[in-house]
Amino acid sequence: MKPGGYFSIVAASISALGITVPAHAAAIQISMQNLVFAPAEVTAKIGDTIEWVNKDVFAHTATAKNGEWDVMLPPKKTVTLVLKKAGAIDYYCRFHPNMKARLTITP
Amino acid sequence: MFVRLSAAIAAAALLSGSALAQGAKPTDPQIAHIAYTAGVIDVTAAKQALKKSRNKDVKAFATDMVRDHEAVNKQALALVKKLKVTPEDNDTSRSLSKNAAAKLTELSKLKGAAFDKAYVDNEVAYHKAVDSALETLLIPSASNAELKSLLQTGLKIFQGHEQHAEHVASELK
Repeated sequence: MKPGGYFSIVAASISALGITVPAHAAAIQISMQNLVFAPAEVTAKIGDTIEWVNKDVFAHTATAKNGEWDVMLPPKKTVTLVLKKAGAIDYYCRFHPNMKARLTITP
Repeated sequence: MFVRLSAAIAAAALLSGSALAQGAKPTDPQIAHIAYTAGVIDVTAAKQALKKSRNKDVKAFATDMVRDHEAVNKQALALVKKLKVTPEDNDTSRSLSKNAAAKLTELSKLKGAAFDKAYVDNEVAYHKAVDSALETLLIPSASNAELKSLLQTGLKIFQGHEQHAEHVASELK
């Protein structure tokens, strides 16, 4: 193995550690009620946890348009997702595509 | 496109061709009956699709329709019970049921991709017609605040289904 290879592996594992153990990871709640995501726009950091709280009697999903994640939300349930990648992600509900929201994830 | 458009016109005519178009404002017991009937019709259509279709997207859509409309109607039943309102049969409900029965018979004669297309196109048209009836007639006519609010949720559900049906229709082409 080339020295460069070693270095990048070490660098990758350090940054991986930094991501999995963030200093101030926050939990951010987004509710789904009467077919509306609220708040519709949220800014979070890598390592934060999003908690989607489905208050409806209908099943919903939180589906990233770019295919990054597809979270199933059964009626009256809360499902969490730990953010791992930065980016501005538009997401929607597959069952009710008129439900739309945006999540901006910063490093 | 032409077929879809004419299906939409037929569905719109089915709703407006009733007593309601003649200027009569429906009462809350009638509105509850119309909304409930509209839900039952879509559940029945979906159950037919679940039996007949072999298409994964069509079956998934039909499953969503059964689940959502049964959930709305469960809420509607709970609400009319709470409000001590007895849903009242009326010309609009009757013409909705009659047209839906005719559609079921028509679709029962189709198979495979032809069935899938006809079912999904009709779902688009049907949801459009119901959305328009909810927006222009049923919601403005509802006098009870809780009924109005349930109809508004119903409208969002139906609009969601319309978009979902349009998406499935575009995938079938």
